[in-house]
Amino acid sequence: MTEVETAALALSLRVALAAVLLTLPVATAIAFALARGRFRGKTLVEALVNLPLVLPPVVIGYALLVTFGRQGSLGRWLHDVLGWQFVFTFRGAVLAAAVMALPLMVRAIRQAIESVDRGLEAAALTLGATRATAFATVTLPLMVPGLLSGAVLGFAASLGEFGATITFVSNVPGQTQTLPLAIYSALQQPGGDAAAARLVGLSVLLALAALALAQWSHRRVQRWLGQAA
Amino acid sequence: MNARDGLDFDADVERRAAPASARWGALRGRRGGGHDAADAGTRVEIRLALPAHGVTAILGRSGAGKTTLLHALAGLLRPTRGHLRLAGHTLFDAAAAVDLPPHARALGVVFQDGRLFPHLSVRGNLRYPAQRGRTGGPAFDDVVALLGLGALLERRAHALSGGERQRVAIGRALLAAPQALLMDEPLASLDPPRRHELLDYLARLPSRWNVPILYVTHQIDEALRLADRVVVMDAGRCIAAGDALEVLSDLSLQPLLGRFEAGSVLAGDVAEQWPDWQLTRVRIGAALITVPHIDAAPGTPVRLRVRARDVALQRELVTSSASNQLAGTVRRVLDREGPYCAVELALDAAAAPGQRLWALVTRRSVHALGLAPGAGAVASFKAVAVEGRAVALRPAR
Repeated sequence: MTEVETAALALSLRVALAAVLLTLPVATAIAFALARGRFRGKTLVEALVNLPLVLPPVVIGYALLVTFGRQGSLGRWLHDVLGWQFVFTFRGAVLAAAVMALPLMVRAIRQAIESVDRGLEAAALTLGATRATAFATVTLPLMVPGLLSGAVLGFAASLGEFGATITFVSNVPGQTQTLPLAIYSALQQPGGDAAAARLVGLSVLLALAALALAQWSHRRVQRWLGQAA
Repeated sequence: MNARDGLDFDADVERRAAPASARWGALRGRRGGGHDAADAGTRVEIRLALPAHGVTAILGRSGAGKTTLLHALAGLLRPTRGHLRLAGHTLFDAAAAVDLPPHARALGVVFQDGRLFPHLSVRGNLRYPAQRGRTGGPAFDDVVALLGLGALLERRAHALSGGERQRVAIGRALLAAPQALLMDEPLASLDPPRRHELLDYLARLPSRWNVPILYVTHQIDEALRLADRVVVMDAGRCIAAGDALEVLSDLSLQPLLGRFEAGSVLAGDVAEQWPDWQLTRVRIGAALITVPHIDAAPGTPVRLRVRARDVALQRELVTSSASNQLAGTVRRVLDREGPYCAVELALDAAAAPGQRLWALVTRRSVHALGLAPGAGAVASFKAVAVEGRAVALRPAR
C-alpha cells in the first residue's frame, strides 16, 4: 500500500468518526423535538433534515460551498472571526459527511425515542425525578440501542460519502481525500487499476468490520436492557 | 374526618385534557394497558375528603374515572378546575395557580403494569427514589424484608414473575418516602394464586408504616380484604363514600360495583377452629356463626361476605338449628326484579353493633312475615353461603 492509500484509509476513519460524534447530539436533539415536540414548522424541520436523502449529493455539496465557502456569508464570518476554513480542509470533509449522515441518524434515533415506554417516564416523575432527570436516567439509557444503530448508520454513510465531499471540499490527499475519493482518483490515472482494487478491498474490509462491531455492541446492549436479542 | 390532615380532593379532571398529557406524557404510554384505554375521554368531577390513615378503596367499573382521579393526584393529569390538598399541603389549586409537578408531590404510585425500569436491577429500581432525593421514608432493608425481595435484588425486571414485579413496584413506591401511596389496580395483571399472595403482602403495609393508601380496584374481594373505607365511583363521580362494611353491604350500590353477586359484609373475629370438620367458628358481636375453614388464629379479625339470596328470614329464633342465626331489625325493604324483595336487617346492637345483613326473599314472604321497617327478624344462613374464602384481615403467617 502506498502512502497515499494509507493516508486515505486513516482520513476516512477520522472523518467518519468525527462526523458521527458531531452529528450524534444534534441528531438526538432534532429527533427528540420531532418525536415529542408540538411546534409550528415541525413539517418544515422534518423536510429540511431529510433533504440530503432526496437531493443529489452534489447539490448538497454545492449548497455547503455557497454557505461555508470563503465567498459565502457564513463562511466568511467563520473564517474572519474564528479562523475556520472549510474548503479543501479536513473540517470541511467532516461537515459534508455530517450533513449527509444527519437524516439517517435522526430517523434511527427518532424511532428509538418513540419506542421508549412513556409510562416509565411518568413512573420516574412520581419517584422524585424532574423531567430532565427522568430523561437522563430513564429515556436516554433506554434509547441506547437506537443511538447505537444511528451511530453505525451515520458512520457507514460517512465512509461512503462522495458527491457532497468532492463538490464542497474537493479532492486533496491527506485533507479531504477519503477512500471513495482515492478510488476515484486512482481510476482517473493510467495504470491505477491495481491501486483502485486495493482501496476497494480496504473499503469492503472496513465495512464488514463496522458491521461486525455494530452487531456485537447491539447484542451487548440488548442483553443489558434485558431484551434478549 | 378532618380534611385538613387528610386528603381534600375537589376538582374536575378531563382525561383527554391535551395540555396535561402533552406536558407529562403519562397517558400515551405504549403499554398503557386496557384500563387506560377504557378510561379514555373520561371526565371526572370529584369532591372527596378522606382522613390520612388506613386504606381507602376506590371501587367502580372500568371507565368510572378511578385511574383519572389517581393520575390527577399524582400530578400526571392537570385538573381543569378546583384544588387538591394532602395533609395540609396544596398540590394543586386552579384559583391560586398552584400546580406542584409530580416529583414534588411526596406520593408513591404503584401502576397496574408495575413500570419497573428495565435497564436497572431490582436494587437499582428500589434505590431510584433515594437517588432522586426522596429519603426519610421506610428503611431499605425493612421494605426488602417485608416484601420478601432479598433474593431478587440483583435480578432484572424481565427475569421476574408478575407477582414479584408488583412487589418490587410496591417496594419502590414505599421507598419514595410517600405521604400517601396510590395504587392503581396493582393486582389486575396477576393470576388468582399470585393475587392472593400479593394481597397478603399488601395487608401488612398499613400497620407497618402507617402510610395512607388509596387503592383503586374493580375487584370487591380486594376492597373487602384491605379497605377501611370505600369510595364508589360511577361515570366520573363519587357516588358513595364511607366505612368499608357499610358501603360494601349497601345493596343499592352493588349494581355499580360490577359483576358479582349481591350480598353483605360482616365483620368479626375467629373464635375457634373445628379442624375435624374443616370449619371455623366466627364471633359476630355476641353471636357465633360457623363458616368454612379460615386459615387464621383465634382472635384474628375477619370479614365475611354473605350472598343475599342465601339468607332466609324468620320472625323468631328457630330452636333446632345448626345453621347460623343473627337477630336484628328490618331497616329497609327494596323492590327487586321479579318476585323478589331485598330486606336490610340491622343486626341487634347488643350482638353486632352497626352491622347490616341483606336477605333476598320473595315479596310474598315479606307480606306473610310482616317485614316492614322496624319489625324484628332473625336471619339464618348456611355455612356454605359464606362466599369463596372468607378473608382474614391479617395474614395467617
